[in-house]
Amino acid sequence: MNLILLIVVTIFSYSSFLYGRSRIKKITSSQSIKINALPNYYGYYLALWCALPSLIILLIWSIFEPAIIKALISQSLSHNELNNYSSDQINLIYQKIRSLYEGNFSGTLTNEIKLGVEQYKSLLSIAQSSKIVLLFSTLILTISYGIVRISKNNKARHDVEKILTGLLFACSLVAIFTTIGIIFSLLFESIKFFSAINIFDFLFGTSWSPQRAFVSDASAITPEEYADLKDAFGSVPLFAGTAFIALIAMTVAVPIGLFSGIYMAEYASVKVRKFSKPIIEILAGIPTVVYGFFAALTVGPFFREMGEKLGLEVSSESALAAGLVMGVMIIPYVSSLSDDVINAVPQSLRDGSYAIGATKSETIKRVVIPAALPGIVGSILLAVSRAIGETMIVVMAAGLAANLTINPLESTTTITTQIVMLLVGDQEFDSPKTQSAFALGLTLFFATLILNYIALRFVSKYREKYE
Amino acid sequence: MNKEKRLKKRYNAEKRFRLYGLTSVMMAIFFVIFLINVIFSKGSSAFLKTTIDLEVNFNLETLDLDNNPTQKNLEDAEYYDLAIDSILNVYSVTGLKEEKALINLFSPDYEYEIRNFLIKNPDFINKKTILKLTASDDIDQLHKGNYPRHLPEDRRRINNFQLKIYDSLLEQNKIDKIFNAYLFKKGDSRNPELAGIGGALVGSFFTIVITLLLSFPIAIFASIYLEEFAPKNKITDFIEININNLAAVPSIVFGLLGLGILLGTFHLPRSTPLVAGITLALMTLPRIIIPCRASLKAVPPSIREGALAIGASKVQSVMHHVVPLAIPGTLSGTIIGLAQALGETAPLILIGMVAFVVDIPSIPTDPSASLPVQVYLWSEQAERGFVEKTSATIMVLLSFLITLNFIAVYLRQKFERKW
Repeated sequence: MNLILLIVVTIFSYSSFLYGRSRIKKITSSQSIKINALPNYYGYYLALWCALPSLIILLIWSIFEPAIIKALISQSLSHNELNNYSSDQINLIYQKIRSLYEGNFSGTLTNEIKLGVEQYKSLLSIAQSSKIVLLFSTLILTISYGIVRISKNNKARHDVEKILTGLLFACSLVAIFTTIGIIFSLLFESIKFFSAINIFDFLFGTSWSPQRAFVSDASAITPEEYADLKDAFGSVPLFAGTAFIALIAMTVAVPIGLFSGIYMAEYASVKVRKFSKPIIEILAGIPTVVYGFFAALTVGPFFREMGEKLGLEVSSESALAAGLVMGVMIIPYVSSLSDDVINAVPQSLRDGSYAIGATKSETIKRVVIPAALPGIVGSILLAVSRAIGETMIVVMAAGLAANLTINPLESTTTITTQIVMLLVGDQEFDSPKTQSAFALGLTLFFATLILNYIALRFVSKYREKYE
Repeated sequence: MNKEKRLKKRYNAEKRFRLYGLTSVMMAIFFVIFLINVIFSKGSSAFLKTTIDLEVNFNLETLDLDNNPTQKNLEDAEYYDLAIDSILNVYSVTGLKEEKALINLFSPDYEYEIRNFLIKNPDFINKKTILKLTASDDIDQLHKGNYPRHLPEDRRRINNFQLKIYDSLLEQNKIDKIFNAYLFKKGDSRNPELAGIGGALVGSFFTIVITLLLSFPIAIFASIYLEEFAPKNKITDFIEININNLAAVPSIVFGLLGLGILLGTFHLPRSTPLVAGITLALMTLPRIIIPCRASLKAVPPSIREGALAIGASKVQSVMHHVVPLAIPGTLSGTIIGLAQALGETAPLILIGMVAFVVDIPSIPTDPSASLPVQVYLWSEQAERGFVEKTSATIMVLLSFLITLNFIAVYLRQKFERKW
């Protein structure tokens, strides 16, 4: 349906483009007055008037239609005085009504659902026809307004350019809306979670076992229940696990990445550089799910066998395996960023050092790296933020049990693993269990935000210094 | 310490330092080769499948059909008896247990494979022919040499009797390896030998097209605005900070956004390429805007000034001169951003693309899998057959990514201009 309307709008816009162009020619030639812009701009002007408002209406309508229909049906369900439904039950009935309408219903048909489907159908058809009426009346209104303006030989180019710049501005606002959307969606669920679970119990509790939280209605938790829940959502083990795995990853990635960055920037010949730089960057292009598969299937079992031979007990989902593979993934981020940063150090500093007789390595260690340090720190911080937010490797290779441990051979869990585990499968939206995933997401978002902010500050300070 | 000794020490330190650097580069390259080698050695066998020759006599009586059956009769007929009869002729068995063991050598789809053959080739009615039927996963892995034959019988899924049949079939040259078309044609399945990435391929295609359609125009427009028109004020600064931060936000957070807003507030259909595409578009947007802005910035101001000097308006100078010159650069940035989106898994898991979907989606609002999610799903399966399937999926995914990256590099080299 929307597709047909889109096609209609397109056809209307194109014909109004043609019409606007020919119309202004006619007006100006018949009245022999000077045209204010190229004829094409009058075409664009009319086409924009035709397309923009109707597309906006179409978009808004399609976004809100399902929600409004749902609200109307839920209202009529809850106004039924015979049965007092909770909002969960109404949701369930609504789902059933929709699946019956779409023809893939299974289960027992109740009278209510049948009535609901009738209501759903009638609402849908009302929505359908009012949408069409609204769209066409908008089209007629906006096109006739455009024609009136054109007939007055307006400054079409100026107007078109104004609209265009407005459009460009609107597109750049998408980034802001995305951020708002992220914060809104995370905060909204997190606030519900924190109204049930004390924020301090969440941030400083040391026991994480959300599977114990069977409470379905978060708003009505008795104090006895809460005493039990308190220990279910202590996220310190997750923070510790995340930091621990990130630490292992960084102990792999920083030396290898930094040294390869230094080698590429200072020692490698053009040929070697041209050959090895893209190869190392392949590591950054490989999807993380591939690393996860690699860690779970090759590295994890390998460590376990090694451990067995050495008489150590190594979990097959050890933090070491996940951290190591994550480190390999992060190498290119460290290496290419530090390569860039080292390249930006002015040659004069090196020349000065050589002139007083320092060897190349001494120059690098004593002059280049201290000069490039803020940039290198920035790139390492960016890499840390990537390690913290990395999901697939830890989901596939690290464990699920929230152990508070510093033994790399044991399994630990991370924030991202728990988010995935809490949200996979059909979950009820209103249980503290699913809401806790959003609270974790919020923590993760702010942690990476702060890291990125500091890192970018470091890098830009550094740039100002030398560029 | 005399002078020479000290100099020697310093030169040795120099050599060591250089060696550290070289070792690091070598290690990084080694990781790449090792990773790709593991995937390819595990996955390449999945492109072939094991078949067992089966003589089938398409007797109309066994199929319960009259003479001269129509196409519809053939489609509706019951093939089970025919299939079982033919299979039991492969090897002489006695008793139900042995019969079952023999039947289990074949993939559970034998009935449909026979049916589909007859529907496609109705000339074979009342004739005998030899069909290559898909072998079960265990036989497939056994034939490919991945199955531990030497284990004691109670720890194997294939019993000794089945091994005996397999060996005798092998001697009679009745076991064969052919190209595994199922891998590309079929959707997901619980049986590894019948599972394919057809659904995931289509799902990934829809997802990436939606991502492209949404993110590319918005990214180009946004970067044109920020680079060419934006006044230096607080709003512009705020937009820029937002873009830089969003580019570094973990992808899973975008998954939460998709789950909370697209599924939770707007009630878009779960597990579909539509939602996946929108989520990935939001994630890719800042990652495309940054290279797009760089390539707009690379166009020298003289171009703009030249256009302005001959009377073009600001918009005209940008749209007619700057943007066409910058487009090739924006394309390569966009392709690299899309390649990242194609390999992204975590946000898709959160919006429910981990559902078990057998059907191949036909529109973007059908539930569907996608390539990286399929890798994740199959890697969780216990059957040996799924290990090679997972690796094969990764090979397909990597080959797409490599192609995309090559296109990006090619575009960049072809259109790169030194001003």
